[in-house]
Amino acid sequence: MAIFLTKESKVIVQGMTGSEGQKHTKRMLASGTNIVGGVNPRKAGTTVDFDGTEVPVFGGVKEAMEATGADVTVIFVPPKFTKDAVIEAVDAGIGLAVVITEGIAVHDTAYFWDYATQKGAASDGKQGTRIVGPNCPGLITPGQSNAGIIPSDITKPGRIGLVSKSGTLTYQMMYELRDIGFSTCVGIGGDPVIGTTHIDALKAFEADPDTDLIVMIGEIGGDAEERAADFIKENVTKPVVGYVAGFTAPEGKTMGHAGAIVSGSSGTAQAKKEALEAAGVKVGKTPSETARLARERLSA
Amino acid sequence: MDLFEYQARDLFAKHDVPVLAGEVIETPEAARELTERLGGRAVVKAQVKTGGRGKAGGVKLASDPADAVEKAGQILGMDIKGHTVHKVMLAQTADIQEEYYVSFLLDRTNRTFLAMASVEGGVEIEEVAATKPEALAKIPVDAIEGVTEAKAREIAEAAKFPAELIDQISNVLVKLWDVFVKEDALLVEVNPLVKTADGKVIALDGKVSLDANADFRQPEHEALEDKAAANPLEAAAKAKNLNYVKLDGQVGIIGNGAGLVMSTLDVVAYAGEAHNNVKPANFLDIGGGASAEVMANGLEIILGDPDVKSVFVNVFGGITACDAVANGIVQALELLKSKGEDVNKPLVVRLDGNNAELGRKILTDAAHPLVQQVDTMDGAADKAAELAAK
Repeated sequence: MAIFLTKESKVIVQGMTGSEGQKHTKRMLASGTNIVGGVNPRKAGTTVDFDGTEVPVFGGVKEAMEATGADVTVIFVPPKFTKDAVIEAVDAGIGLAVVITEGIAVHDTAYFWDYATQKGAASDGKQGTRIVGPNCPGLITPGQSNAGIIPSDITKPGRIGLVSKSGTLTYQMMYELRDIGFSTCVGIGGDPVIGTTHIDALKAFEADPDTDLIVMIGEIGGDAEERAADFIKENVTKPVVGYVAGFTAPEGKTMGHAGAIVSGSSGTAQAKKEALEAAGVKVGKTPSETARLARERLSA
Repeated sequence: MDLFEYQARDLFAKHDVPVLAGEVIETPEAARELTERLGGRAVVKAQVKTGGRGKAGGVKLASDPADAVEKAGQILGMDIKGHTVHKVMLAQTADIQEEYYVSFLLDRTNRTFLAMASVEGGVEIEEVAATKPEALAKIPVDAIEGVTEAKAREIAEAAKFPAELIDQISNVLVKLWDVFVKEDALLVEVNPLVKTADGKVIALDGKVSLDANADFRQPEHEALEDKAAANPLEAAAKAKNLNYVKLDGQVGIIGNGAGLVMSTLDVVAYAGEAHNNVKPANFLDIGGGASAEVMANGLEIILGDPDVKSVFVNVFGGITACDAVANGIVQALELLKSKGEDVNKPLVVRLDGNNAELGRKILTDAAHPLVQQVDTMDGAADKAAELAAK
């Protein structure tokens, strides 16, 4: 099964003809993703050749969906056009929009999130458009499909579910536990406003019969981890292992991700760790200790 | 980016929010002529990006131009919570009757915007929120709809502002929303918003924080940066488009991806507990798909930091290819040597992921005496901490 993305997923790429879009479409195809089209109004009707696979370019998301039955879009357009690209995807009613683009103004994200919500982007994803990101690596269901930029050769299919604010920590954790494998790995992104949250992924992993254990990676800023801890306490029966980055981050400094900032006494790694532990989550001090905790829980 | 009060005041004026006349100066003597222009009296206000300025003596009333020179002289150079006062704003005086509070901000938890308003202004709003939460109205603002006149009225009424001021305050709220949206702000706060003796509503002091991700459509924002206050290493890194934050430790850090770099800082700090308590010296994220050149730029910044005693390069190649990282390290060391710089700090490198084998081989073959490789992140952090403690 896995969550959000399976081998049945038909994926289009908004911004496929740009340099990032081309590079990653090629990688996604190589990892087995069923890419059915790209979107670029100025190149509609053409095709792009990816090592022998001809991928058609459509003028819009709606048109691409009608022609191909696409249900997932991966968005690589530059920051200043991303708001319009997401709104187009939401208007077309696509099931999942994965926004890879980094550096989007938060007023734009807040706008498209409100837009998607009002169009019915239910957090359970059963209607409207589920948004993953922005500023995220996307998601991968190893052996089935890969929507975004996560390397597909780190690990294999398995029974761990992973949800993370950070791209490279996602890769690091996939690598640490590569011999066990993952059901789905979801990079939700480190921006102040994101679509799919830790809670959305936890809920989906809890319901997924192919996931036995969940690894959750957080970082400084906001209160998403604290709210996830509350959710776990009430709703998650599967074992959860956690990791939080940013214990040494100074107050008031943005640490790479736009959302990774400790403001006054709020958003600290310590508070997040304590909240998770209070919810029964084992929290590792380092990525490798977190991986060890996951192994212990799986073999218990 | 947080702005100074005078910059916030200027942005307010630009969007027709009522403010008092005022200008910023950097020498006491400049206060004389300015005070004359402001009508012979002025409030002299320290410009620092921290709260509690009034209590620290950073705000004084000057009764005439000579007094303004004296007061400006007292405040300039003052230290307020570790911030040296380099500029003072002189503003017109006002006969204040009431002090209120209004703000717009990003509500991360609810993924939308929030208006906050209170009749209890002039004090820290966190204090009002803690001691008299019922006096602080919080109204969500939809990003699409924004603050219409009707919405502004809803906010003003929820805060229980006096009936005769609702029109005026609503008008101010609509204008402040313009500041918030048109300037791509993350926070626009007026504290206090005052009612004067003649019944006018004026934004007396303001705080604005701007979204750096919107710089592409806000060309004027670059001029608002306080370049003088920036750490020289941070400024040099920014000029090279590197994501760098200076910290106060001894182990220089380079990694790829914000999360992995934050994690690297933590792991180094833990490792440092066994090595004379050494700590990370910086945050530096060379990003996804980093080239050899980016790696070289990063190393140059870090090796140029006199606090750095050892360097830890921690890369997990996702899109980034480890061979490019390894080439970057080798090239950077050659480049720095050819510039005549004395490169003598040990580097500990951990490479995993995309092309890791190739990257490790490049470093092994280069056999640079300062570079050593360690297989795991924890092991490499320990080695880097040990070397920094020597």
